[in-house]
Amino acid sequence: MDFGLSDEQRQLSDILGNYLADQLPIDELRAVADQGTGFSDDLWQGLVELGLPGLLIPEEHGGSGLGILDAAVVAEALGYGAAPAPYVASMVMAPLALLRSGDDAQQAAWLPRIAAGEVRLGLGFEILSGGTRAGDIALKDGKLSGEFSGILDGGAATHVLLYLADGWAVIVDTNTDTAELHSATTIDGTRPLTTVTLTDANVEFLDAANDPVAAAQSVLDAGRVMLAADTLGAGQRMLDDAITYAADRVQFDRPIASFQAVKHMCADVVSALEPCRALVWYAAYAQDAVPDEARVAACHAKAHLAEVGRDVARTTTEVHGGMGFTDLLGLHLWFKRIGFDRQVLGGPEHCRHEAAVAQGWAVE
Amino acid sequence: MDLNYSDRHKALQDKVRAFIDANKHEAPSLANVRKKPDRATLAWQHKLLRYGYVGRTVPRQYGGFGAEPDVLESAIISQEFTGAGISGGITNQGISMLVPTLLEVGTEKQRVRWIAPTLQGEIIWCQGYSEPGAGSDLASLKTHAHVDGDDFVINGQKIWTSSAHFADMIFILVRTEPDAPKHRGISYLLVPMDSEGIEVRPLKTMTGQSTFNEVFFTDVRVATDQIVMDRGDGWKVANTTLKYERLLLGDPNKMLNRFHRIVKMMEDTRIGGRRLMDMPEYRDRLLRLQGEVMASKYHGMRLLTEADKGEESGVKRLIVKYFGTVLAHKLSALAVDVMGEAGLAYDLSGLGTEDASLWNSDYMYDIGLIIGGGSSQIQKNIISERGLGMPREPRAEPQKAQKTMER
Repeated sequence: MDFGLSDEQRQLSDILGNYLADQLPIDELRAVADQGTGFSDDLWQGLVELGLPGLLIPEEHGGSGLGILDAAVVAEALGYGAAPAPYVASMVMAPLALLRSGDDAQQAAWLPRIAAGEVRLGLGFEILSGGTRAGDIALKDGKLSGEFSGILDGGAATHVLLYLADGWAVIVDTNTDTAELHSATTIDGTRPLTTVTLTDANVEFLDAANDPVAAAQSVLDAGRVMLAADTLGAGQRMLDDAITYAADRVQFDRPIASFQAVKHMCADVVSALEPCRALVWYAAYAQDAVPDEARVAACHAKAHLAEVGRDVARTTTEVHGGMGFTDLLGLHLWFKRIGFDRQVLGGPEHCRHEAAVAQGWAVE
Repeated sequence: MDLNYSDRHKALQDKVRAFIDANKHEAPSLANVRKKPDRATLAWQHKLLRYGYVGRTVPRQYGGFGAEPDVLESAIISQEFTGAGISGGITNQGISMLVPTLLEVGTEKQRVRWIAPTLQGEIIWCQGYSEPGAGSDLASLKTHAHVDGDDFVINGQKIWTSSAHFADMIFILVRTEPDAPKHRGISYLLVPMDSEGIEVRPLKTMTGQSTFNEVFFTDVRVATDQIVMDRGDGWKVANTTLKYERLLLGDPNKMLNRFHRIVKMMEDTRIGGRRLMDMPEYRDRLLRLQGEVMASKYHGMRLLTEADKGEESGVKRLIVKYFGTVLAHKLSALAVDVMGEAGLAYDLSGLGTEDASLWNSDYMYDIGLIIGGGSSQIQKNIISERGLGMPREPRAEPQKAQKTMER
């Protein structure tokens, strides 16, 4: 038994962490966040060079064929840096959707282009993910019309992959006049939510899965694990910043880090946050290795990180005192990142309900 | 990440399961854990010792099984017994704390004399650390001993002494060097509980039981060779022991076990014909705790792997006592709420068989565990200072020598 990361996974985390620390200073991050597109050309190129878009794509399609735990390690590092990059949908969920529901020809057509960074897919669920928005999408004669909102990673997407209510997935080319993308800035400047308005749009069906709902759910669960990992990274960053700030800030002739009132806040944060890391790792590992537990673990990882993340974000902001409330430190970028992660792909109450359903404790 | 056991560990797991299946009819009731071992408990203990399911890594010459230390083996054995709801042997402070301490810092003579009978359950130990005036600030303890001829002569009082009412021996911290700085003036002695001058008074707790005691020492004499390490080394010895206590208190299996019992209760308990499991208000509380229990379980597996590889776990280990004891209390609190009005029944004589009384007792006893063994507030100091590297609170006054009571 070996519960933990491999040397390669630790290296992956270090390389990406160092890259973001160097290439994404706070001023750069702010500038991208102010645009609200969740996209920076330079950062994207860097991530492509690191091979991230191909992380989960099999080698025969030009990727590195790694697993969901590797992807979670990356998600944590991106959360730590609050990286404004299309990752969860474009680099994790969309490739998985093609692997789960696309046929051989579709995989051969799409996966190499995703791995090369030529194609960026936004991704959305009509209802399966537990979103609170309303939509009015209609399929007629193989063409899709209506408004589809809540699309992740749509800020600079070349295509969108949409999961319809029955679990069928379709890919829509956004570069036509039958599809109009509108990205709204969210509370989280590093990631927008996108709406696509379709007028008799041509779509490509991904319909090779035997059980389309199960296939859609497995993609959803992988996305939830990524969001949990993102919150873990963002929460760790906020804790690290709080400890540093408390060591520097002097009041009553002492660093405030020496006051038990402050220390105990940090101790509470680490005591809640550190066990989350093992939960996220397990949930990620289960997606590939323990299918019977994959659903419950993903729902709990998403829900538990959302709850712990909220406390971490609040407490660490408080440790920064008035400065934490200002825009000056930029700490709020991580606070908002955690807030975004909490709501998309199902809030904690909804995810716990799904975990209850999966264990036979509740009916849908 | 690989959650499969190696062939060797898999074989051990199969062996333990087969042992439990074949022998579980002989196992003593789990309700006897806080009592003096009876015949069945002793017989079970001896059997487990022979099979290497207790005292596994204690060398053979001291009465153990003599296996090479292997963190995973120990974890597998513990998990199998806990999972089956079968006693994994006597658990007391002698076995969990004194034995490893003597193995680490005891003399050859002390190991030979004390370890085997302790493992066999023939000598029951209690721990004499806390005093009325020395709790979180343990090093300020005032119970003292002076040398008179070949003996130490002990005077003072200890409190929170679990099992003292039936223990045969006490390992105790006393001040022997009144003029030394407080952490360096303490010695660690091994004292028979039937010595003249020891008085044990039961301390009734909020649970209604008397699992703790106050122990009074009046001119109690013990031979000077009953010291572990040297005079003034007691704090060092105690920290060796406390390390084992903190491991003891955060067992992730305990949480899982409790959680499954609550699930069953929520499926069986009804309000007006409606199962509590079908009521979202109760169910969401259960699910929230499931997330915490899972995090705790996998965190435990992560620590286990790190210990197996000989890695330092740092803050990851320091948080276990704090979040583990708090989580345990959240679970017993939900259990009490699930039982509701019907769960107010409290009958100490039925403890161990009647769910309501057991949960109510745990619900209160868990608070004792949050406070004991270094309270949550002390844990948070340790977590933030040793784990996160935050500076110590400046001391109100410099470390000064602790003058003992008048002789």
